[in-house]
Amino acid sequence: MEREIICTSCPMGCHVTVTMEEERIISITGNTCARGERYARSEITNPTRTLTTTVAVAGGGVLPVKSDAPLPKKSIPQYLEKIHEVTVEPPVLIGDVVIEDICGSGVNIVAAQNVI
Amino acid sequence: MKTIDLVVIGGGPAGMGAAIAAYDAGVRDILVLERDHRLGGILEQCIHNGFGLHRFKEELTGPEYAWRFEKELRERKIAFRLDTMVLDLSEDKVITAMNAEEGIFRIQAKAVILAMGCRERPRGALNTPGTRPAGIYTAGTAQRYINIMGYMPGKKAVILGSGDIGLIMARRMTWEGAKVEMVLELMPYSGGLTRNIVQCLKDNDIPLLLSHTIVEIHGKERVSGVTIAQVDENRKPMMETARFVECDTVLLSVGLLPENELTRKAGVPMDVRTSGALVDQRRMTEIPGIFACGNVLHVHDLVDYVSEEAEIAGRGAAEYILQGSEPDPNPVTVRPGNGVRYTLPQRIDRAEDTTIFFRVTDVHPAVRIRVKAGEETVLMRKRPRVAPGEMETVRILGSKLQGYMGQTLTVELEEEAEHGT
Repeated sequence: MEREIICTSCPMGCHVTVTMEEERIISITGNTCARGERYARSEITNPTRTLTTTVAVAGGGVLPVKSDAPLPKKSIPQYLEKIHEVTVEPPVLIGDVVIEDICGSGVNIVAAQNVI
Repeated sequence: MKTIDLVVIGGGPAGMGAAIAAYDAGVRDILVLERDHRLGGILEQCIHNGFGLHRFKEELTGPEYAWRFEKELRERKIAFRLDTMVLDLSEDKVITAMNAEEGIFRIQAKAVILAMGCRERPRGALNTPGTRPAGIYTAGTAQRYINIMGYMPGKKAVILGSGDIGLIMARRMTWEGAKVEMVLELMPYSGGLTRNIVQCLKDNDIPLLLSHTIVEIHGKERVSGVTIAQVDENRKPMMETARFVECDTVLLSVGLLPENELTRKAGVPMDVRTSGALVDQRRMTEIPGIFACGNVLHVHDLVDYVSEEAEIAGRGAAEYILQGSEPDPNPVTVRPGNGVRYTLPQRIDRAEDTTIFFRVTDVHPAVRIRVKAGEETVLMRKRPRVAPGEMETVRILGSKLQGYMGQTLTVELEEEAEHGT
């Protein structure tokens, strides 16, 4: 079986073909760099995404936040739910941890903007 | 009237990058004028990641990318003024601006860098028939509501146009609990980056309907739905395919226009293809001392390219201020040929290593990019795939340019497959 994956590691968007035999990856072709192979492999086994959204700021407005490492794609709704419960108190600086180890994933949700 | 060596109009990525580059090239008397209440421009509302892959080799969010530049600006103690609107720019580089503290004031600049960015095409530019209810936004307006102000613009949306902001907003609305019914694209291909089609639409099972448009918007006070239809090869709706889609929100992502009101006021000659100024390789317009960079010059798909261009303009302005410079009477003219929509710069007035940025008119697999002088091939490059949504570049060495001063270089596409163009 063949699966076509569009690599999103960079704006090149290489069309990578992954040939599978049952659950096993036989070959990966079409990528133009090593990141393409890594990406295709992870898309097949455990697709991940960096999560970006906002949390409420006490006193009004929102603060952009992001996961400091990619999270499993399938659990994104669960992470979003958790993030939406949070309200932060200013001051917050870029990189400050807003939620530590979200849902036991080992990944932190950090501030992506300064609010003073 | 106050005199300042370099005034930069706009404090987004282009303006900040240009100011920093000019400072590093030796200019000290710099002022950046920004109309918003913070620096960063449109990056402030682009909270998704993917910025800076080329430049910083990591994936930053928009505000993080902007912050890296703001920090550098502050470290150099480059002056900037916020909440300040520039009202006028004259040919002799007099800037009229206003803010709440100083009222209206004028500055005589030695050099000016235009970095005002671009604006979205609104509904009025499309002439979409129907009623005029609430719930119709440009994608960028909705983005500002959600990401800065914290308001949701609607619950059930149809997005017209598959430009990057539309794709990003499809995911953003979904993640914030709205239902995005579909994204419609008039053209047979998407205008957005591939990564956005994958991560924003495919990931969230949002259908992308190519060769489709909205033929009518319904609703009295609030949008109640849209009639959509497929279009033929001449982009005319085929009414037999028309169907009603219920929604309370319509987002438009149908193109960006460089915001060149000030450029035109100053009488700067424009390029109808880019809707920006005609510039040389330093990004100097045809008025000596007035430079332009970023989305005001031509719409970029990646901010990394904006930063690169801003540095070119900043260094160019510094050279103009510190050394003066005479335009070469014998420049190279660069123009688009077959399959190419525009090229930039349009003029190269010195034989130095130059990157020509260009956009193609259609999607092509496997093409050759040929730069010609008359019938002579100056250089040729292969590309596995080109698309109008993704900016292309070709670099020509100064040693090569030397032989073509005073001539016209044409950038064109040649298909590798058996299909002729």
